[in-house]
Amino acid sequence: MGDSGFYLIQQLLNGLTIGSTYALIAIGYTMVYGIIGMINFAHGEIYMIGSYIAFAVLAALAMMGIDSVSLMLVSAFVISIIITSTYGYAVERVAYRPLRNSNRLIALISAIGMSIFLQNYVRLAQGSRDIAMPGMISGGWTFGPEEGFHATVSYMQLIIFAVTFIAMTALTLFISRSKMGRACRACAEDLGMTGLLGINTHQIISITFVIGAALAAVAGVLLGMYYGVINPHIGFMAGLKAFTAAVLGGIGSIPGAVLGGLILGVTEAFTAGYFSTEYKDVVAFSLLVLILLFRPSGILGKPEVEKV
Amino acid sequence: MSECLLDVSDLSMRFGGLLAVDQMALKIRPGEIVSMIGPNGAGKTTVFNCLTGFYQATGGSVQYKGQAIEKVPGYKIARLGIVRTFQNVRLFKGMTVLENLLVAQHRHLNTGLLAGLFKTPGYRRSEEKAMARSEFWLDKVGLTEFANREAGNLAYGQQRRLEIARCMVTQPELLMLDEPAAGLNPNETAELDQLISDLRRDHGVTVLLIEHDMKLVMDISDRIYVINQGRPLASGVPEDIRNNPEVIRAYLGEG
Repeated sequence: MGDSGFYLIQQLLNGLTIGSTYALIAIGYTMVYGIIGMINFAHGEIYMIGSYIAFAVLAALAMMGIDSVSLMLVSAFVISIIITSTYGYAVERVAYRPLRNSNRLIALISAIGMSIFLQNYVRLAQGSRDIAMPGMISGGWTFGPEEGFHATVSYMQLIIFAVTFIAMTALTLFISRSKMGRACRACAEDLGMTGLLGINTHQIISITFVIGAALAAVAGVLLGMYYGVINPHIGFMAGLKAFTAAVLGGIGSIPGAVLGGLILGVTEAFTAGYFSTEYKDVVAFSLLVLILLFRPSGILGKPEVEKV
Repeated sequence: MSECLLDVSDLSMRFGGLLAVDQMALKIRPGEIVSMIGPNGAGKTTVFNCLTGFYQATGGSVQYKGQAIEKVPGYKIARLGIVRTFQNVRLFKGMTVLENLLVAQHRHLNTGLLAGLFKTPGYRRSEEKAMARSEFWLDKVGLTEFANREAGNLAYGQQRRLEIARCMVTQPELLMLDEPAAGLNPNETAELDQLISDLRRDHGVTVLLIEHDMKLVMDISDRIYVINQGRPLASGVPEDIRNNPEVIRAYLGEG
């Protein structure tokens, strides 16, 4: 295998890394859409808040003089997941539940309002400048020929793969095996009927928002450390990308969100690697337009059937 | 009044300028099988929707076991023991037959999220009970061999029976069936007749039925309410209804 082969592998690795974090965020969009048929435009902001909480935890621990990397990582994840989930719950409770029986468009506008509110709330509280996340994990594993191009998997990338895999497995088990997961699937098929069987659908919807926010928090911690820089505006682009991933895979389908995220990440990495970095967003969103034109239900989505 | 399971009086439902249900009254005693009949568009399903909290009635009162329920949300009405089926079958089509029955028993697995994650003994016991109940009803409606098949892949008649089984695993006191015989062949209708009678005899369920199949209605009903254009037209035992000239006129038009 020559230089070009290792170059290809490198792009693929970079793409899968970004793609798996897109997938984590996209699940929040897709689950909420699956149950209440609404795009939660504040979801990108939830991811951004996850990053900020991780930063606050890391900074606090550093001030206390704690330097154990594993302890810092675990507390960043746990605290960020807990607080971000609370945000996710609160957003649904305050901005969407009172509009449950109104027109879909009204809830959508409420979501956009929520997104703008959260972004500016963090900007006021934390300032709008970039904040450097402490880079705790450095180094990586290099392979390739003695001379020429080496492919590198950084340890951070390995952590991203591992954490994403664990989160996805946990989610899959929850959805397919637990009684709450069963109720979530029932709500996704027929919300009204699920209520008529005595299930409190408000509670199931809340759980969906909490799960989506928890996964977004995981992505926030991972991407914050991967890029090393966060600011109050990262939620906008990440949210759009994850939304694209969800539509690409078929909105409403969880495996679709994962597949869409990975495809989008790899496409971006290849564009950046073989063409030009400036064009990676152009290509990503052109993909969204093409999907909406030629296969609006996405790769794994079912064609929309009008309910009678 | 205390002997009534369900006591509806003056129920009205207005959609903008359309009065879909007007001054409807209905009394059902425990253990009865009561039918509502009437021409298409008479407002029968609207009455169902008001009783189950699907719509909020614009007037009148609904008492269930002496408790006012006209403002109670749907999932709480279900918890009080009222469940219904729909004219168009509304199963969870992507889930298996067994899962459809298990999800209906969601609130009987009342042991919290953590208990479910860690499968505590208490959770396991309640899940075993739910399984046993599901198997009982699968056997009762003859779907045991299809337990792991996707509900959407069942034949139409089987889907109808599964929908009744799904109601029954919630252990209701009042079962409301909206045209359960629609689309069934005469054989299947006869089986349904048998099943509904069994439900009352063996499980003490009270049944409120909307149906167009007159043979089925006359066979199993204790009493019949006739609705026309949102208003009650007549009520009584099947024999009286069959011979009531007003009912005949409503169905066949002025002769």
